[in-house]
Amino acid sequence: MAKYCLKRLAFLPLVMFGVTFLLFFCLQFLSPEMRASLYVKDPRQLAQLDAVIEKYGLRKPMPVQYVLWLKQVAHGDLGYSETAKMPVADAVRAFFPATFELTVLTFFPIMIVGVLFGVLSAVYRDRLLDHVTRFVAITGYSLPSFVLGLTLLMIFYGRFHLFPPGRFTMDTDMLVHSDGFRHWTGLLTLDCLLNRRWAACLDVVEHMVLPAATLVYISVALLLRITRSSMLEELTKDYVRTARAKGLPESVVIRKHALANALIPVVTLSSLLFIGLLGGVVITETVFDFPGIGRWGVQAAQQLDVPGVLGSTMLAAFLFVLANLISDILYAVVDPRIRVGN
Amino acid sequence: MERLKDVWKTLKRRPMSLLGFAIIGTFLAAAALAPVLAPPEAGSRDSYIIPQTGYSPDPAKPSKEHWFGTTEQQYDLYYGMVWGTRTAFKVAVKVVGLSACVGVILGGVAGFYGGWIDEILMRFTDVVLAFPDLLLAVVIVAVLGPSLDHVMYSVMAVSWPSYARLMRGEVLSVKERDFVAAARALGARDARILFVHIIPNCIYPVLVVASLSTGSVVITAAALSFLGLGAPVGYADWGQLISLSRNWIMGSAGHPFEYWHTIFIPGIAIFLFVLGWNLMGDAARDLLDPRRR
Repeated sequence: MAKYCLKRLAFLPLVMFGVTFLLFFCLQFLSPEMRASLYVKDPRQLAQLDAVIEKYGLRKPMPVQYVLWLKQVAHGDLGYSETAKMPVADAVRAFFPATFELTVLTFFPIMIVGVLFGVLSAVYRDRLLDHVTRFVAITGYSLPSFVLGLTLLMIFYGRFHLFPPGRFTMDTDMLVHSDGFRHWTGLLTLDCLLNRRWAACLDVVEHMVLPAATLVYISVALLLRITRSSMLEELTKDYVRTARAKGLPESVVIRKHALANALIPVVTLSSLLFIGLLGGVVITETVFDFPGIGRWGVQAAQQLDVPGVLGSTMLAAFLFVLANLISDILYAVVDPRIRVGN
Repeated sequence: MERLKDVWKTLKRRPMSLLGFAIIGTFLAAAALAPVLAPPEAGSRDSYIIPQTGYSPDPAKPSKEHWFGTTEQQYDLYYGMVWGTRTAFKVAVKVVGLSACVGVILGGVAGFYGGWIDEILMRFTDVVLAFPDLLLAVVIVAVLGPSLDHVMYSVMAVSWPSYARLMRGEVLSVKERDFVAAARALGARDARILFVHIIPNCIYPVLVVASLSTGSVVITAAALSFLGLGAPVGYADWGQLISLSRNWIMGSAGHPFEYWHTIFIPGIAIFLFVLGWNLMGDAARDLLDPRRR
């Protein structure tokens, strides 16, 4: 098991190399002048474009530039993100907790709703509940997040002035950046609680309600489907028939026997879902102007802020490999029949 | 004939799938009849460019001249919706078709030859899969410059890996079968074995995935348009029309839903279009996957 994990972890740097190399390759389609202009902040510096190209080695062949960049990273310098107006490492520290909070707030409702209704849908197969659940799931799956997000904003924020977009109101902003506020964890909701600022905590949560609702509705369909089909499969198996033949009540058969086995794929999927949310909230964060990793990544990509794009994609790729690893380990943990390496 | 009857029987038991076919059929009709439903102005060079009446920034409500109202800068929403149907089909068919082709060929070659070719191709696939889809697509469009074609290329660039993986797995099992050995014994070349004997025998799962993923491809492409990376302003494209509504979610004092049409009309169109494909994809899975019958 440990050996397997190590092997998978060794795969991580390879993926990171690949991802960053691919990005460098994409950027080669820009002329050296265009890439140099990314470093120029003042029109008066335009005359120095050649000097900039020279300094950063932008005319050198791509592999050489890549190695130069790797050397820079090896010295702990990820560069300066123009869109975030701060070094990349600081930007990750600033934006990641926000996305993490939003993901946590989204993840648990998805798991609860998805598993509960997935099971009910399988148990009451082809009855009204099943049809309604599946219909709701497929509509959520078909709804683009920006359409749902804008609609929710129009109704709740536009009409009722509830759940504003952004991260917090001005008051909370001032409070958070004041001297008396201690940043224990970096997670704003927790920090507000630990500082006993109840109103501020409520304010932060209020700002996350609509993006979380959007994400839940759109992402719950996948979990629902998996739970339902896995449960349906288990219910046809021999051991379920045996349990019923023994005269066990149906509720016990479902809860004690079938459910335990039906949840195996659900558990393994959950880590992928969590990480998928962490890296996939790009559009939702943009619509709600929520300052997280996704919005930063898109802004950086749109404005060709190279260090910003490299930073955010490396983080996402890292999480992706990690999620796959966790999902494999979970698989072995919950299912004794599968022991990796055998 | 037997097969068709089979299909009809399966569909009849699933009213939702029939709904999917009806929705896409309606959109198809709208796309085909676009010049009749919304005749382009005389002398316009490109029918996809939405006619503009004036330059006022405020969207106008639905009226007799503008059935669906106008967006900001007075683009006629009805015209945009009708011609946008063509754009939506173009994007869906081109992107899914091309990415499936690329995936099938790369996955087929990797599975067929194995060894270092397999290793290189599949590690490359892993890298593209590890990328956050939308970010890579945004980078590609940002580098190439915003346009609808570039949106299609970029969505294609992020959606081929799932086909490649699937195809490779299928090929690995099919290439061991007897008819492949028979073809080889008859002296068929590699390319002929791969394209004539193996790939046609692995294609059903690919078709199922293609029909199931059409909806999400449309959403991704619309998301890129929404971010302002797609067609220029005024081009008949649903995602683009929604991005024009972003500033109007608030309405005016006393009329919170004054500009509802700018979001709802294109939003409902995209939603129904994607829903139609998803329902049809479900039907395709049930029809083509014998295990689920």
